[in-house]
Amino acid sequence: MDVRLQAEPFEPGALLSAFCAGRAETGAVVSFTGIARAETGAVTFLELEAYPGFTDAEIARIARAAAERFGVNDILIVHRIGKIAPSEAIVFVATASAHRRAAFEAADHLMDYLKSRAPFWKKEHGPDGARWIEPTEQDLADAARWG
Amino acid sequence: LFGRLADVAGWRERTIAPTLQSLSALKARLAEDDPRLGDALCGKGVRAALDKAIVVGDALLEGVAEVAFMPPMSGG
Repeated sequence: MDVRLQAEPFEPGALLSAFCAGRAETGAVVSFTGIARAETGAVTFLELEAYPGFTDAEIARIARAAAERFGVNDILIVHRIGKIAPSEAIVFVATASAHRRAAFEAADHLMDYLKSRAPFWKKEHGPDGARWIEPTEQDLADAARWG
Repeated sequence: LFGRLADVAGWRERTIAPTLQSLSALKARLAEDDPRLGDALCGKGVRAALDKAIVVGDALLEGVAEVAFMPPMSGG
């Protein structure tokens, strides 16, 4: 299991290829890539703040719990921090399991957690200035599905 | 200080002489220096972490190297 917070852009395809390599007992890999939206010009860039040593530990704790709950045998989470331009990948989650259902569910669950409760602070910068973002009602409802 | 708390205060990190005994005393000191920050620290959903562990309510600062104040987390 691996959790990475990084300021540098990443290439989701390369992460997925590396994650899939050398797995003899994994029948299924599911991946999700989140991409920063421009919101029709309202967002010039996102700024994502983390608390190093706290944010990564908290995400790793949730990932370990998800691995146990859904029975997946490996998880990779890569999350950008700092300034992120529209069209850049902001988050990548991959899960590996013997059969597909566990991998789908674990990835879905982890994304709902990451979008609603992970310890990040997000600021949207646009032509009219900057504003702090909090989880949407939809993000909270998505996270609540998992009990 | 994280997120909008750092915007309110105009600073992110500060070293404070280790004479304050508790989290509540530290908050009172920060509020004395900057009432707007004091109000923001009492805002809804603001949490504190001592050496990267969340605390609920007041706590002693003895042996604590780092105190973080965190506004509601936004998710990524």
